[in-house]
Amino acid sequence: MAEQEYAIRCDKITKVFGSVVANDQIDLDVRYGEILALLGENGSGKTTLMNMISGIYHPDGGTIYVDGRAASIQSPLDAQNLGVGMIHQHFKLVNIFSAMENIELGTPGKKLPPKVLRRKVEDLCEKYGLETDPDKPIHAMSVSEKQTVEILKVLYRGARILILDEPTAVLTPQETDKLFAILRQMRKAGCAVIIITHKLNEVLSISDRVTILRKGKSYGTVNTAEVNVSKLTELMVGRAVTLEIDRPKPEDPEDILKLVDLTVRRKDGSVALDDVSFSIRTGEILGVAGVAGSGQKELCETIAGLIQPAQGAILYKKENLAGKTPRELIEMGISMSFVPEDRLGMGLVAGMGMTDNMLLKTYTQGKGPFVDRAPARAMAESLVEKLDIVTAGVEAPVRMMSGGNVQKVLLGREIESNPDLLITAYPVRGLDINSSYLVYDLLNEQKKKGVAVVYIGEDLDVLLQLCDRILVLCHGKVTGVVDAAAVSKEQIGLMMTGESAQEVMEYGNG
Amino acid sequence: MGTAKKEPLLRVVKHAELSTRQSIGLRVLAVVLALAVGGLFIALIGYNPFEIYATIVSGCFRSPMAIQATVKFCIPMCISALGVTLAFKMRFWNIGGEGQLIMGAVFASFFALFCSGMPHLLLLAVMFIAGFVGGGLWGLIPAACREKWGTNETLFTLMLNYIALYIVTFLRDGPWRDPEAAGFNKIARFAPKAMLDKVFGVHAGWIVMLILVVLVFLYLKKTKQGYEIGVVGESRDTARYAGINVRRVVLRTMFLSGGIAGIGGMVQATGSDITLSAGVAGGVGFTGIIIAWLAQLNPFVALIVSFAFSILVKGSSVVQSAYGLSTDCADILQGIILFFIMAMEFFIRYKLVFRGHREKLPVKTAADTDAASGEKEAEEK
Ligand SMILES: Nc1ncnc2c1ncn2[C@@H]1O[C@H](COP(=O)(O)OP(=O)(O)OP(=O)(O)O)[C@@H](O)[C@H]1O
Ligand SMILES: [Mg+2]
Repeated sequence: MAEQEYAIRCDKITKVFGSVVANDQIDLDVRYGEILALLGENGSGKTTLMNMISGIYHPDGGTIYVDGRAASIQSPLDAQNLGVGMIHQHFKLVNIFSAMENIELGTPGKKLPPKVLRRKVEDLCEKYGLETDPDKPIHAMSVSEKQTVEILKVLYRGARILILDEPTAVLTPQETDKLFAILRQMRKAGCAVIIITHKLNEVLSISDRVTILRKGKSYGTVNTAEVNVSKLTELMVGRAVTLEIDRPKPEDPEDILKLVDLTVRRKDGSVALDDVSFSIRTGEILGVAGVAGSGQKELCETIAGLIQPAQGAILYKKENLAGKTPRELIEMGISMSFVPEDRLGMGLVAGMGMTDNMLLKTYTQGKGPFVDRAPARAMAESLVEKLDIVTAGVEAPVRMMSGGNVQKVLLGREIESNPDLLITAYPVRGLDINSSYLVYDLLNEQKKKGVAVVYIGEDLDVLLQLCDRILVLCHGKVTGVVDAAAVSKEQIGLMMTGESAQEVMEYGNG
Repeated sequence: MGTAKKEPLLRVVKHAELSTRQSIGLRVLAVVLALAVGGLFIALIGYNPFEIYATIVSGCFRSPMAIQATVKFCIPMCISALGVTLAFKMRFWNIGGEGQLIMGAVFASFFALFCSGMPHLLLLAVMFIAGFVGGGLWGLIPAACREKWGTNETLFTLMLNYIALYIVTFLRDGPWRDPEAAGFNKIARFAPKAMLDKVFGVHAGWIVMLILVVLVFLYLKKTKQGYEIGVVGESRDTARYAGINVRRVVLRTMFLSGGIAGIGGMVQATGSDITLSAGVAGGVGFTGIIIAWLAQLNPFVALIVSFAFSILVKGSSVVQSAYGLSTDCADILQGIILFFIMAMEFFIRYKLVFRGHREKLPVKTAADTDAASGEKEAEEK
């Protein structure tokens, strides 16, 4: 039978959550020695489908065939026994254990002697071209190192079918290249790989075929070689989308926030921001580029009042904000909005509905001990309308919403408060292309209204197209603030590794 | 790869979130099952289960006196459930309701014993406040230590239960001992002025309970402070981000949580026991945890669940006197019911899969879908 060659074949898989049909008769197949990309807008049911293959959910209808045989996958253990392994966006590792211990954790049978285990891990690394330090504890690892451990964990359990849910969302371009090299190696070794990503250039570079989901239905599969970015977008969204980002000219920019000699330490005492000085201007988008962990997070949180700086000042219309708590900032009447990187863990209350999340920063308004929910509900409803948010209702917990919709809720709330200053950290991470462009439009709209916008980003192409000025961070130091229109991607890349703007510009011109 | 490992006979599998209706259905099923197994137990020891169950229910409602007694059992259970509800909403695992209740009773008793010169209503008001403050402080200690040094609140609140208990025995055997008491040491009976008045034959604690149910409900659902509790419980980072002073919310909420339990202690001592005894809480603080949990932290449901529990308590004491069934049997019956209800909480989240179940199910579907896909393939050709 022709089926034999498929590692996984999904036949008319259906999954319903309450009133939401997350998967509606989806067909998908992947062969050994092949990388399949799964593409679809936010909320189109990609994660749900993969969760069923890896035993986290059980389909309400349809059959999953593994190696040509119908399989009933009741738990992740069943999936593991069938050779299926999934790498989730949120890692499931024990922080205080070493890589090796995490890899062995939960495998049946006796604990192996460390020597044997190390050999096995090293063999696996060699076979697939992975790099890891088996003795390094997880808490000392970067995101991409952790991801490598997750992959090793899955391979150690004998997986030959690998599923990765948005693995590149948290990686730098260099780390992504490394990951892709590993995946190609696995393909060569005869594994089947399914990868979810919203970045179309990644889809084109890594996959052999692309399966497209649209609103919970499968919308066909194409050979990667036969498509390009705009074709993929069209297939996914259902219409042609212009892939250009507007950059209106800033109108009389004025300094609104001045950071002077700001030094910030992390909890463990290391220096996160080292003597940083720059200014943020109204009516302009200031991009912040840098390798992950160069101090972007601390920069945002210090401005937002969540971290106390060790030294330096943050001047807002001549007033020093350094060391003020968020509540004090609100009381001083400073209208600042912050869209943090960790949306559900910091920006929103995951278990509450949209209405209660709208209240988060305004609930203290109004006299008396009671909260007034009516305006919040009205605001939630208007946001649903305005931003096309897909949700079961404004009272349904935001945790149940798909990534893109969660971001729309957060960004929508922050913009709705009419800020003078809007700080956004990785606002399009995990968003599909359509939603990403919606976010760019929203930010531009704010800019035109005269808001000072800070955009922390990772995609250099976007930074170069969207922002007016770009600030480059390297190890907590500012290596330069440059005009986005006059700089190239390569020059930014060099500055990210520590070369100063001056050097880079001369080099570029010379 | 599917290496043929021996599959265990039974496995625990987590299933998707159930709808509200399904989970309520499961809970009702648990009660029915518990009654069935309890009935089996009664039959085994030679009684007619139907008669016994009928006696339990009729025993609680056969006379106004019986109803009053049932309500009396309900009061401290419900109030302590309300107390822990506040803390649990904040995901602060306060299992010290017992100790907080005792300390409320201790503080209130001080005024009952030594300041009984005050006018009746003033004295009651002072005792009420004292009970609230006593319980509140007992709740504040573990909260403050956790905020300051990151101590484990579960262990800490648990330990404080025993300390509170020994404070009462110390007072009983020492400074507060009633010199006129013959035999065992005990604390003197309160003066009539320090007794809670009766309304419809039950001490006024039931009114306090009803008011608290409504207040706690409104507090959690409608007030700014209640909203803060919800946010802190979900994520401290989000709370900080929103400008909430997390430490203050934790301390305030634990003070209220302990304070409500303390009111329960005051009401029990002055309304029911008319003295301070080591048995003032009598495990009610722990029952309150179960009640709050079963009620899913909803105050109104907690009231209903408390009442159901008090029927069981009162009813089994009637059975005991009517049939000579020992208290232990009544306790076993209670245990069985609790066991089933708690077990059902497990099944609301997980299910068991038997070995072999897996092979059976897919073979059938595989055949079906094979045929179907065969047809489809034929069509395509
Ligand atoms: N556990 C759940 N309960 C209720 N609804 C859910 C649950 N999980 C997912 N959904 C809903 O199912 C739909 C599909 O969600 P899913 O997470 O699969 O989307 P996705 O394609 O992975 O989106 P994204 O690209 O944003 O990650 C969404 O509308 C979501 O709200
Ligand atoms: Mg997803």
